[in-house]
Amino acid sequence: MTITPASVVSARNLGLTFETNDGPVNALTGVNLDVNKGDFVSFIGPSGCGKTTFLRVIADLEKPTSGTITVNGTTPEDARKNRSYGYVFQAAALYPWRTIEKNIALPLEIMGYGAADQKARIERTLDLVNLTGFGKKFPWQLSGGMQQRASIARALAFDADLLLMDEPFGALDEIVRDHLNEQLLKLWDRTNKTICFVTHSIPEAVYLSTKIVVMSPRPGRVTDVIESTLPKERPLDIRETPEFLEIASRVREGLRAGHSYDE
Amino acid sequence: MEKQSFFRDRIMPVGTILLGLLVIWYIATVFLNAPFERDTAARAGTPISFSEILPKTMFQERPVLPAPHQVVAEIWDTTVNKPITSKRSLVYHAWITLSATLLGFGIGTVLGILLAVGIVHNRAMDRSLMPWVIASQTIPILAIAPMIIVVLNAVGIAGLLPKALISTYLSFFPIVVGMVKGLRSPEQIQLDLMHTYYASPSQTFWKLRWPASMPYLFTSLKVAIAISLVGAIVGELPTGAISGLGARLLAGSYYGQTVQIWSALFMAAALAATLVIIVGFAHTAVLRRMGVKP
Repeated sequence: MTITPASVVSARNLGLTFETNDGPVNALTGVNLDVNKGDFVSFIGPSGCGKTTFLRVIADLEKPTSGTITVNGTTPEDARKNRSYGYVFQAAALYPWRTIEKNIALPLEIMGYGAADQKARIERTLDLVNLTGFGKKFPWQLSGGMQQRASIARALAFDADLLLMDEPFGALDEIVRDHLNEQLLKLWDRTNKTICFVTHSIPEAVYLSTKIVVMSPRPGRVTDVIESTLPKERPLDIRETPEFLEIASRVREGLRAGHSYDE
Repeated sequence: MEKQSFFRDRIMPVGTILLGLLVIWYIATVFLNAPFERDTAARAGTPISFSEILPKTMFQERPVLPAPHQVVAEIWDTTVNKPITSKRSLVYHAWITLSATLLGFGIGTVLGILLAVGIVHNRAMDRSLMPWVIASQTIPILAIAPMIIVVLNAVGIAGLLPKALISTYLSFFPIVVGMVKGLRSPEQIQLDLMHTYYASPSQTFWKLRWPASMPYLFTSLKVAIAISLVGAIVGELPTGAISGLGARLLAGSYYGQTVQIWSALFMAAALAATLVIIVGFAHTAVLRRMGVKP
């Protein structure tokens, strides 16, 4: 096993089996994958395909039961202890008793940043997610889309190079989602981060990614890895181009090959 | 939305119920005190009509049920007309009870929170302690109160502390139960977030579990302060009825002074209501600072 220096996440024959009362469940089997620095990788598949589980393994929220995985060249646990990734959950998970800026300050307080540094970082990340001026608001005063942007700001605040996003826009309506997708691409371009993005939307995956990982359930596994040929500059109407539709149809084929459309 | 009117939305509903209760009370006074007047008249051999009985039932020395104005007069007499250092002042007795209540409540709150923290963070404590905490409340307080007083007296502890400890015995329970629930109230996703930050257990406690438990804590505190007062009064009963609202109740029942019993009861009720309201204000103030949606 060789790890190229540019590899941020590298999984070899990775497996994870949950022991449940109904017997073992193979959440992941034989996953081989490399995520390189600066990649935008989407994980797509139906529920139960292990895409979220894989993301949680990277984040050291789950322990694999077989195979190896490295994050930034170390174990996921060390990577977590080095605070080398920011995690964005399905729900914003803002602490309701903290204002938006205090929520963004939460990881900074925990990691021991100074007061002046905290203030500068809050300002910068609020600007990155277009929430300048909303710092003093409490979460309930913001819309769902704005809350999720605040949670992205929180994940960006401590400058981890890797951003792990678990269906961050899944609960939002399509118009807000389009808008946030566009903003996320700009943010990725500006910050040069590596992003792992879990989704169950084919257009979202194709629009955002440089690499699309197609997964299938029972057992959870990778069925196809598609390198996107789309340019880095992507206006929203790129989704009507033949090139885009061709990639989308390859993703759909990959899902079908993995029996994701079976009843 | 219509503007809230203090008179229409607050005074009116409460006032109506109060008025209804007073009417019922007066009617009950007449019926409960009338037999005594009839017996007196029968012994004297003079016939007595209902219109003659009616006023007499309002001003008996030792009525079965004192009339509201008698209780009010007694409370006025024993609060305003007596110096508060006097043993006949209800304020003096209320203060004795209040000091035991507050000390017991304070100890109970600290003890309850510490136990809850232990139970939430330590599996062994969760398994071993919780059943005992619940079992402690199945013992009637009236049975255990004299034992606590006697045992503590034997080791040389007397006065305020034994009474306070009975308050503690009652008040720590809602705190433990409420805080265990409150400290466990953060969602998995909020805990996972702390895990991804590699937060220490104390950071997770102070930045997540503790603030998340505040609504639960204050709800428990409201229950705890009221039963602390009950505990302090119960604690005063076996001490020989020297001072405190409990002593007034006991002395009143020894000598058939129902007016004194009722005025002590009302004093206790007013004290409990005041304490609960104060905790309620603290609750509102803390939640407002924590940005709760109004």
